[in-house]
Amino acid sequence: MSYTALAVLGVIAAVVLDLAVLRTRLLTRRVFWTAYAIIVVFQLLTNGWLTGRDIVTYDADAITGVRLAYAPVEDLLFGFSLVVQTLAWWVWWGRRLNQSGHDGNGVGRAAHEAGRAQPPAAGLPPAP
Amino acid sequence: MRQLGYVGMLAFCLLGTLPLELVLGVRVYRQWRRLALTLLCVVPVFVVWDLYAVAAGHWEFDPDQTIGVTLPGGLPVEELLFFLVIPTCSVLALEAVRRVRGWPVGDER
Repeated sequence: MSYTALAVLGVIAAVVLDLAVLRTRLLTRRVFWTAYAIIVVFQLLTNGWLTGRDIVTYDADAITGVRLAYAPVEDLLFGFSLVVQTLAWWVWWGRRLNQSGHDGNGVGRAAHEAGRAQPPAAGLPPAP
Repeated sequence: MRQLGYVGMLAFCLLGTLPLELVLGVRVYRQWRRLALTLLCVVPVFVVWDLYAVAAGHWEFDPDQTIGVTLPGGLPVEELLFFLVIPTCSVLALEAVRRVRGWPVGDER
C-alpha cells in the first residue's frame, strides 16, 4: 500500500478511536483544535527541517508528490493521526486514573485526596 | 555535527516545550505514569507503520545525519525517540491550552 493510502487510513483510524472506541470526543472540542493549530505550525517547521535537509527522503512512487514546506502532504495526515491518537489516549487514561483514585503521578491516593479535599456545596446531597 | 541533524531537532522540541512544564505548570511530566501509559498505546502502532514503510521503501534516512544507532528492522534510534518526543510535546501543547484558556478536555470529573 502507498504512503498516501496508509496516511488516509491513519486519519480514519484516529477519528474512529477518538469518537467511537475511546469516546474521548476530542475532535468536537475547541481545546483540541486550538492545540492542534499550534502543533501543526511546529510540525511544518520541524518536518521541513527533516525533509528540506534530506534527513528523510521519500520514494516518489509512494506519495502524490504534493509538498508543503518541503514535506509530502501525506506527512500532515501522518502527524494528525499521531496527535489525535496520542491525545485521545491521554484523556482516556486521565479518566481511568481519576476513577481509580490517583492522577498518574505515582504518588497515590492519599496525596490526591488531600489535593481535592473540599467540603460539599451547601444544599447538595453527598455524593454516593 | 552533521550527524546530529535529526537528534538535534528532537532536542529542540523537548527544550522548547520544557517551560510549559516548568513555568506554566501543566503537570504533564509529573503525571509520568499517565504519560507512559499513553505512549505505550501509541508508540507500537507507529513503530510498526515505520517498519513497514522502511521495508516497503516508502522513506529512508540519511546515515550521515543520524547518530548511527540502528534498531532491529533498520530504524535509526531517532525514529523511536521521535515517537516518544512528538506525542509528549503534543500533550504539553494540549495541557497548555487548557491551562491558559480553561477549556475542558474531557477528563474532568
